[in-house]
Amino acid sequence: MKCDQCDNEATVHEVTVRSGVKIEKHLCESCAGQQGISVQPTTPINELIKHYVLSHGLTPIGPSSAAGQAGTARAQTCPTCKTTFSEFRQHGLLGCPDCYKVFEAQLGPLLERAHDGGVRHSGKLPRRLSGGVPAAAPEGAKAAMLNIEERAERLRKIRVELETAVAAEQYERAAKLRDELRRMNEPGTGTSNS
Amino acid sequence: MADSPNTPGPSDTPGPGEGRKPGDKRDSRDGSEPRPLFETTTEWLRGEGEASDVVLSSRVRLARNLAGLPFAAKSTKRDRQKTLDVCRDRVLRAGLAERLVWVDLHEAPALERSLLVERHLISKQHSKGKAGSGAAPGDDPRGVAVSVPDERLSIMVNEEDHLRIQAIRSGLALSAAWREIDAADDKIEAGVEYAFSSRFGYLTACPTNVGTGLRMSVMLHLPGLRLTGDIEKVKRAANDMSLAVRGFYGEGSEAVGDLYQLSNQTTLGKSEAKILQELETEIIPRVIEYERVSRRELVGKRRSGIEDQVWRALGLLTHARLLTTEEAMQNLSLVRLGLMIGVLKAPDQRVVNQMMLLVQPAHLQRAVGKELDQEQRRVARAALLRGKMGRDGSS
Repeated sequence: MKCDQCDNEATVHEVTVRSGVKIEKHLCESCAGQQGISVQPTTPINELIKHYVLSHGLTPIGPSSAAGQAGTARAQTCPTCKTTFSEFRQHGLLGCPDCYKVFEAQLGPLLERAHDGGVRHSGKLPRRLSGGVPAAAPEGAKAAMLNIEERAERLRKIRVELETAVAAEQYERAAKLRDELRRMNEPGTGTSNS
Repeated sequence: MADSPNTPGPSDTPGPGEGRKPGDKRDSRDGSEPRPLFETTTEWLRGEGEASDVVLSSRVRLARNLAGLPFAAKSTKRDRQKTLDVCRDRVLRAGLAERLVWVDLHEAPALERSLLVERHLISKQHSKGKAGSGAAPGDDPRGVAVSVPDERLSIMVNEEDHLRIQAIRSGLALSAAWREIDAADDKIEAGVEYAFSSRFGYLTACPTNVGTGLRMSVMLHLPGLRLTGDIEKVKRAANDMSLAVRGFYGEGSEAVGDLYQLSNQTTLGKSEAKILQELETEIIPRVIEYERVSRRELVGKRRSGIEDQVWRALGLLTHARLLTTEEAMQNLSLVRLGLMIGVLKAPDQRVVNQMMLLVQPAHLQRAVGKELDQEQRRVARAALLRGKMGRDGSS
């Protein structure tokens, strides 16, 4: 089969179903790469993101309202560092930590794709949030501010990790997780999980 | 660059209560004074540790940024200087290692920066610096702290992220490297506030690193898989598992000397423990086994062919008059393979490992003691190899 865009042999085949309509693409490696669909095995992930961002204009995959949302996002500017969304699209780099908040809706689907389905952080937390020893006196206040939602999420994660550890017979790890759960549930640490 | 073993230079970690002030220039030397860096072989070439027949080294790095300061792309020179001052002060006071050496890269000579790159203590990008605000990239305020003499821990300040903390161990030792870096991260964090969000985790300049900010990689020597042609299968399999396969010098580089870096690509949604477990107990052991099987196959089925290749490589290294880095690396790789599969008894494996570093341009010039152009380097490289490998190798 020939590539949709040139005379080369199509080696990449993508089928997308959007609003019930099936869209098929048959491309050679190079045209597919340009569209951000497929890349050489050695292509660094930032290149992948760049291709993807450029070719999709960062329109989130799926639901209908997304296109409109992305449109506004392109015009959006981070108030802290003045990074615009098109700047990010050009360079693949954000300007400051606040950019993640400003462009959250658009980054979500992009990151999900770049991180193999990962949508939410799992793992280490800064000590000021993890209930560990606060870094300094003012940090103590922040630890207390850890909101209920975050705490519930954290508890849920620990439970899942605990189950996995038990299933894998990693008892030492399981014991640590159990202790962590206990600590988080101790009165005074402010949790109200179910 | 001074080469003699020596006592620690004045840029060592300040003792308790002896902190450095921002802008303190006492370590910004011209390279003529001895520095306790570069004295020993690097951790990644020690050739020790688990599975060192295949795994040269394990590396773990964390990307971290300070809350309230812009990332590199939107920093003015003043922002960069502030970030550097805060991070340097914190890194040097955190008690990360018995001895730490700090190098202000915007003031370090080019040769010294190249030595750091070749020793895998800083990235090429960090050596060059970031262009912007009208300033030359070389003037970009940035630095690195390195633990000495082991060179296991290095902390780049003002690379793509404010902090890039890395730990290197010889052989397959991702767990040990992770523990070291996890502790270092905690110590640094005790005095600064990291940029963090509950949804996206540790915030990084490039969203490909966001989440854990963690990259775990192993440097693998895979001549067997290349010779059997199965290396492509490994690359494809790695790609399917969202792992990156890179060459000796990292992103975008070729696999010089059959050395490949295998690392995780995804950092969001997977915990550090999970990434570690997948790599260290599931994926890497399979690649190691695959390489060992390939080597056995070569010895079993293509003995005379592989013996010929190995001996030719040794012959070339001990007799050639002009050698490029690539040619030297490729032949050192075959000699290393020869030692591993018992075709060769000498030279010592450590000598071969050491040569993989010393044939690199900056190390070569340091050994000779002067700047050399490309042609002169080829001559010097061939002479160095004849001297170090000839007597032992031909016995």
